[in-house]
Amino acid sequence: MSSTTEAITGGRLMVELLEEAGVEIVFGYPGGAILPFYDELYHSKKIKHILVRHEQGAVHMAEGYARSTGKLGVCIATSGPGATNLITGLTDAKLDSIPILAITGQVATDAIGTDAFQEADIFGITIPITKYNALIKKADDLARHFEEAIKIAMGGRPGLVLLDFPKDVQTQKTSVRKATALKIAPHHYERPKVKGDPQEFAEVLNQAKRPLLYVGGGAINSFASAEIKALAEKANAPVTTTLMGLGAFPGTHPLSVGMLGMHGTAYANKAVLECDYILNLGARFDDRVAKYQDFAPNAIRAHVDIDAAEFNKRINVDHILHGDLKDAIREILPFVKGGDRTSWIENIQSLKKNHPLDFDNSGDSIKPQDFLQRVYAKTKGEAIVSTDVGQHQMWAAQYYLFDRPNTWLTSGGLGTMGYGLPAAIGAKFGNPDKTVICVTGDGSFQMCIQELATIAQSKLGVKILLFNNNFLGMVRQWQELFYEERFSESQWTYNPNFVKLAEAYGIPAMKIEHKSEIEKGVDFFLKDSGSALIEVMIPAEEKVFPMIPAGKSQQDLIEFKDLGKFKK
Amino acid sequence: MKHTLSILVNNHPGVMSHVSGLFTRRGYNIDSIAVGVTDNTEVSSMTIVLNGDDFVVGQVKNQLLKLPDVLRVQDMAYASSVQRELVLISFSITENNRSEALTICNGFDVKILEMTEDSLLIEFSGNSRQVTNIISVLKPFGIREISRTGQIAIAYRNQNSV
Ligand SMILES: Cc1ncc(C[n+]2csc(CCOP(=O)(O)OP(=O)(O)O)c2C)c(N)n1
Repeated sequence: MSSTTEAITGGRLMVELLEEAGVEIVFGYPGGAILPFYDELYHSKKIKHILVRHEQGAVHMAEGYARSTGKLGVCIATSGPGATNLITGLTDAKLDSIPILAITGQVATDAIGTDAFQEADIFGITIPITKYNALIKKADDLARHFEEAIKIAMGGRPGLVLLDFPKDVQTQKTSVRKATALKIAPHHYERPKVKGDPQEFAEVLNQAKRPLLYVGGGAINSFASAEIKALAEKANAPVTTTLMGLGAFPGTHPLSVGMLGMHGTAYANKAVLECDYILNLGARFDDRVAKYQDFAPNAIRAHVDIDAAEFNKRINVDHILHGDLKDAIREILPFVKGGDRTSWIENIQSLKKNHPLDFDNSGDSIKPQDFLQRVYAKTKGEAIVSTDVGQHQMWAAQYYLFDRPNTWLTSGGLGTMGYGLPAAIGAKFGNPDKTVICVTGDGSFQMCIQELATIAQSKLGVKILLFNNNFLGMVRQWQELFYEERFSESQWTYNPNFVKLAEAYGIPAMKIEHKSEIEKGVDFFLKDSGSALIEVMIPAEEKVFPMIPAGKSQQDLIEFKDLGKFKK
Repeated sequence: MKHTLSILVNNHPGVMSHVSGLFTRRGYNIDSIAVGVTDNTEVSSMTIVLNGDDFVVGQVKNQLLKLPDVLRVQDMAYASSVQRELVLISFSITENNRSEALTICNGFDVKILEMTEDSLLIEFSGNSRQVTNIISVLKPFGIREISRTGQIAIAYRNQNSV
């Protein structure tokens, strides 16, 4: 059955299997039920362990690492409270299809089901949020489960897998080091062949007069950026991306119309209304983008995706190509013709000119949009940017133009406040030579603020850009626009002194409040490769525009200039 | 429309939760579910009856196929198949209606498992409609207890069979 050698403990085997899988870094937090594994990890020369301050931080770090490097992210927790602290992060990874392996300790097999100390049924709890999970009952099964889990996490539409290891399984001896037979079918991890007719698919595109490419997070997962660029240029088709797809197509490219959806650009959302053909490349017609069945009402709709369950799930489409995005585009490219799309491109240019991203920069206060544009200029657009959730997230998406994939880290599906700081830490571990900036808000920052210690401990050069409006800004925006300015529980009547707080962790920090200080602030923030926090005081009234009100669709977009009309 | 899905899954703990959880989570309602191991002890067969249009059932099928433990999903709505349920019914009888009850049982091809002075315990198998039927016919006698298995199904090898 299996290749056998000298018997080793389950814990030892877990470490060796991680090493063999090429895992170089793991993020975790020890505890009783996972101690045998940690004891073996102590001896590993290949795996670096990052001790976090809260298990939620461990998952987000693994996510930031995975998203920015394209590799598997690994996080570790003990049983019970350690494992349940992972849940928010795990759900986040599930919704954004990030390849994560979560390893949890469990009480010993004979104690399972007895409400033992620190027992939680993490297998049961994570059934709805994992792509695959397993409770490993004996050390002999360990190798097989590891191989299956890693293959499933990375294969097809990537995702989250969780393996739960009872303490005695970690101490049991086994000589089964390698799985000879897997129990899951190959289609769960092998790259699927492209199904559909690429030629016919291309011909519909060729016939379009006003085509639009709509690129999602799947493009990042499939490393398909080069192919998308080739396709757009060959077809002479404008490209819009979702929040998750930012960077999959260069934001500075003449064919780019930026982001679409709830806070996308007006020109992208208008292009959706006007196009006669929309080609969805690895997006999922998310409800923040495609509210109703009449999405792109004048267009033939086509969809390429690796996950067959996404076809016609929310929005019906006319043409389908099933497979890995990179492969699929390679197959249709030879059949794609240029065609004269001059008038469509001109149309797009005039949309861009007449409906630009806009904000009022007249007063003395600092506008986050302005500040972000300056950070963009100063970093030459080369930073890796993570965000938390709220207005700052949308401003960052709008005003920092992403030219490369894997440089934009945001919680798209779950919208998890607390994601930004640990994600930036994970990304910095994976990309020590790059500038990594966490853009956050005063609300979100306080959700995983304890990870400042992780930065300090590893002397990590993570930059924190904190926009402080003393509000849960996005909540306030909705309350202002849709709840007649009843600011129920969205204002902070207490915020800590963020500068002192950062300094307490040995992180240089500075606060700016007036426009005259912007230059100084940006310089301070980016002057060297070390960590820094800049707290930028911004007006609480500042809003994110454009905006498609919740429950409405592209037709109902409100632009900055329409605000007056809308409020009346 | 009612659809019957015949699903092959790996036979190990947690698989049932994975499958039934998927239905709950995505808001699909299960009418009945029946599970048993196949000739291969590593594989179980599940029959799930659900109400939904082709779109919903297509979604269910796609989502099921994403579970690593699901090996095959077959929608019986598009195959000619035999569908059966087993029901055990205990109901009251009196001296006066005993022969009437027995006549009904004969007509329905029912197996009598126990007869006492004032009760009958019977076994019946048929498709869902027939099972519902016999329950309603016996109801006037006074039903004491019912145990119903949920539907199982299998496609005919020869798709011209009815
Ligand atoms: C964990 C969590 N809780 C609540 C929310 C709901 N929520 C979305 S945006 C937001 C406000 C965020 O405020 P802040 O981080 O200060 O950012 P700002 O909008 O002011 O830029 C809230 C509360 C969420 N997304 N995540």
